[in-house]
Amino acid sequence: MDLENQARVKDLAEKYGAENVVVVIGGAEAEASGLTAETVTAGDPTYAGPLAGVQLGLSVWHILEDELKQEIDPAVYEDQVSMMEMVLDVDAIKQEVSSIRQQYSKY
Amino acid sequence: MILRGKKVIALGDRDGVPGGAIDECVKSAGAEVIFSVSECFV
Repeated sequence: MDLENQARVKDLAEKYGAENVVVVIGGAEAEASGLTAETVTAGDPTYAGPLAGVQLGLSVWHILEDELKQEIDPAVYEDQVSMMEMVLDVDAIKQEVSSIRQQYSKY
Repeated sequence: MILRGKKVIALGDRDGVPGGAIDECVKSAGAEVIFSVSECFV
């Protein structure tokens, strides 16, 4: 996750309160999605950015996860996401992001 | 409910689901988008 976006996430979590913020990821593959999820919960694993050592513990989800999908208007989801859902490794992505959330999300 | 009434940070991916698509989805679920980006993860 690039350093500028780490700074934005940190500022927004402070401004709105971490308990009110939900991060939704659209990453194309599991490992990168997991690293992003880890960065906004446990801190930057590369120790390079503003979130190094900062455990925001944000609620983090991938847009492909079933619990999130259930809350979205099905017509909108169909228009915006269904094409990518067919080509991405959905099971691996879901497993990776949910695992990080269960370990590190506080909200 | 995960999204209703929440402030959403959308971290999209140009090769996956872009930020704009995430925005439309979460707004339909009653969330407010406070930051949206499409990163290139490569």
